[in-house]
Amino acid sequence: MKSNEILMPALSPTMEEGTLAKWLVKVGDKISSGDLIAEIETDKATMEIEAVEDGFISKLIVDEGTQGIKINTPIAEFSENEEIYETNIDESNKNVISISNNEVDDVEKLSNVREYDKVVTFSADDTTKKITVREALRDAILEEMKADDDVFIMGEEVAEYEGAYKVTQGLLEQFGDNRVIDTPITEHGFTGIGIGAAFGNLKPIVEFMTFNFSMQAIDQIINSAAKTLYMSGGQMGCPIVFRGPNGAASRVAAQHSQCFASWYSHVPGLKVVSPWSSEDAKGLLKSAIRDPNPIVFLENEVMYGQSFECPISNEFTIPIGKAKVEKIGSDITIVAFSIMVGKALEAAKELEKNGINAEVINLRSLRPLDLETIINSVKKTNRLITCEEGFGYSGIGAEISSLIQEQAFDWLDAPVLRVHGKDVPMPYAENLEKLALPQTSDIINKAKQICS
Amino acid sequence: MNTMNMNNKQTDKSSPKKKSNYDLDLLLKLNKQMLLIRRFEEKAGQLYGMGKIGGFCHLYIGQEAVVVGINSALEEHDTMVTSYRDHGHMLVCGMDPKGVMAELTGRITGYSKGKGGSMHMFSREKGFFGGHGIVGAQVPIGAGLAFSHKYKKEKSICVTFFGDGAANQGQVYETFNIAALWNLPVLFVIENNLYGMGTSVQRSSSTDNFAIRGEAFGIKNKTVNGMDVLDVREAAIEAINYCRSKQKPFILEVKTYRFRGHSMSDPGKYRTRDEVAEMRKNGPLKALQKLILETGFNENQLKEIDNQIKIDVNKAADFAIESELPDEKELLRDIIIE
Repeated sequence: MKSNEILMPALSPTMEEGTLAKWLVKVGDKISSGDLIAEIETDKATMEIEAVEDGFISKLIVDEGTQGIKINTPIAEFSENEEIYETNIDESNKNVISISNNEVDDVEKLSNVREYDKVVTFSADDTTKKITVREALRDAILEEMKADDDVFIMGEEVAEYEGAYKVTQGLLEQFGDNRVIDTPITEHGFTGIGIGAAFGNLKPIVEFMTFNFSMQAIDQIINSAAKTLYMSGGQMGCPIVFRGPNGAASRVAAQHSQCFASWYSHVPGLKVVSPWSSEDAKGLLKSAIRDPNPIVFLENEVMYGQSFECPISNEFTIPIGKAKVEKIGSDITIVAFSIMVGKALEAAKELEKNGINAEVINLRSLRPLDLETIINSVKKTNRLITCEEGFGYSGIGAEISSLIQEQAFDWLDAPVLRVHGKDVPMPYAENLEKLALPQTSDIINKAKQICS
Repeated sequence: MNTMNMNNKQTDKSSPKKKSNYDLDLLLKLNKQMLLIRRFEEKAGQLYGMGKIGGFCHLYIGQEAVVVGINSALEEHDTMVTSYRDHGHMLVCGMDPKGVMAELTGRITGYSKGKGGSMHMFSREKGFFGGHGIVGAQVPIGAGLAFSHKYKKEKSICVTFFGDGAANQGQVYETFNIAALWNLPVLFVIENNLYGMGTSVQRSSSTDNFAIRGEAFGIKNKTVNGMDVLDVREAAIEAINYCRSKQKPFILEVKTYRFRGHSMSDPGKYRTRDEVAEMRKNGPLKALQKLILETGFNENQLKEIDNQIKIDVNKAADFAIESELPDEKELLRDIIIE
């Protein structure tokens, strides 16, 4: 980096790239530390960036409207002395960093569009469109709110701010503040109110800014939402969806990076769903909103910006309790959910080079669990690896492992192995965080271990 | 509305003579409801002692005037939610004593098919939404029910009962804030019986004025003597009218006293026998029946009513005991709506 470059800043923990929406300075302008110099649009919000040093703008490297600018890319240069400059934009640089959405044929170039997109298949009848997981979630909420006046959404920043992660973008404008409702930062209280509203025959969607904060409200989720149907002899249904990002984001440390899949899956009376792709997100969320039971819907912040082909039909739903075989294989079964599905597919691709043909199952639902699909796969492959981002101890993998040895023991040729997060609170430091999270290489190594 | 003179009573509530202005039918109705709760709870205590009722059983004896007074001011379509001391609330909502008693004894004929027990009963039909076993958890739920009334543009309000113990729970204040912020038609009734389990208000609460605890959120409030059903009724009429017409929350603190322990297994060492005896002297039923007698009604007539209620309660107890236990298939039913 040159000492007089202004770089594309990271404006959130998971931001990888952004759009230069607007320059607020021009070449030759004097800037002082703290002056606003540009508007940057991320997938979450539009934010202004400030100069951090004094000087004069000597060059604007990228044009307004340029998309897909990676963080730490130089976007402008400044000089300590006032000089006269002739051109604003360096045309030769522009192409390197400007990648419009239409030009993405080479998927490897964009970190948020992975090779495994190609694996997703749909029936011939489905018209699909490439959309982000975030858009898929928004579409699901929007379509269900249109279809049913009893559906409403509440949570922190869901309305005027349009969602802390932009999932609820545009909903306030469309449905008004009676149905798109900002809450105070008081999870215990607003969760209980949501549950009461569900008892009152409404169909609330309660957004947790992250599931870490649902711990404030877990008594209401377990003791009120999950158990009341049973305790009332079947009278008191609670049609509610608790949704939001779960698991690790990026560099937000222990209190904001935990997977709660095994916590909620432990409880009878709840359904627990965890989408991976846009298709999953849309189809499962629509089913969840229509379901008469309380649903814990575990999203993943890192996945929000990733794009997948997704059916556009309003009628498209995915049944809760059914897994999806994302890749057919014969040598080993890898089950995963949420972000780990992508890692499992990457691992499967790598394993193929070693002559190991892995079958990858996207669980989609954790309660009820599609054990049948897993067992059918194990009968074919005779080997099983489970993947989850959360802690291994008492985890989803432990449960699946136990169920498989109880119900398909004779079909196993090797012990079931688990890939999971390390048994530590999530560290902040980049290198430690990476060590704590399960990686594609962990899946590959375990697979080789039981396929040798 | 009955033929009573509300306005006079408001300004002269200490005068028993004024209270005689109340319509006798109303007084008899209140008496009947309070007696039903009293006799029902006595019977429940007896069945508990016989081992017919298990687990926790929280009796409402002494506090009858609270729910009866409040309920008398409600409209048919209003909803109610409370804690685990809930038998009285269910009875005034019109739930069948047989079904309630059968639930206490864990029978299939109970309101929750024997799967909820004393603390967890519900009747959508009667607008009773529980019956909640976690201290304070019903408070946001009640506000949520009020939210549903407002959302659906119904004229209903939700009455949310909780005790002095629950009044110290954090979620209560989260709910006060939201109820005031969103203008929810919810009446919070704090049944202050002076003891949260075995700890007195003085030992658990930095201040003992619970009604004003919503003032920081701009919630109007009132405190009323819960040992006088007519006082409760009058305060409830005012409060409920406010909630309904203004579409806002209101806090009504009702000073009451439970004559029995927190639950059946409570030895009651935290208060003196003298204190309980003194409170019993001024029990809510006695106060009401005194008024009824002043109208010319006689002791024998009151006794007759009492006897009829005892018969009904005995029938409920017999029904409960004679009912079947839940079929074993019930174990796995009602977990999820298929």
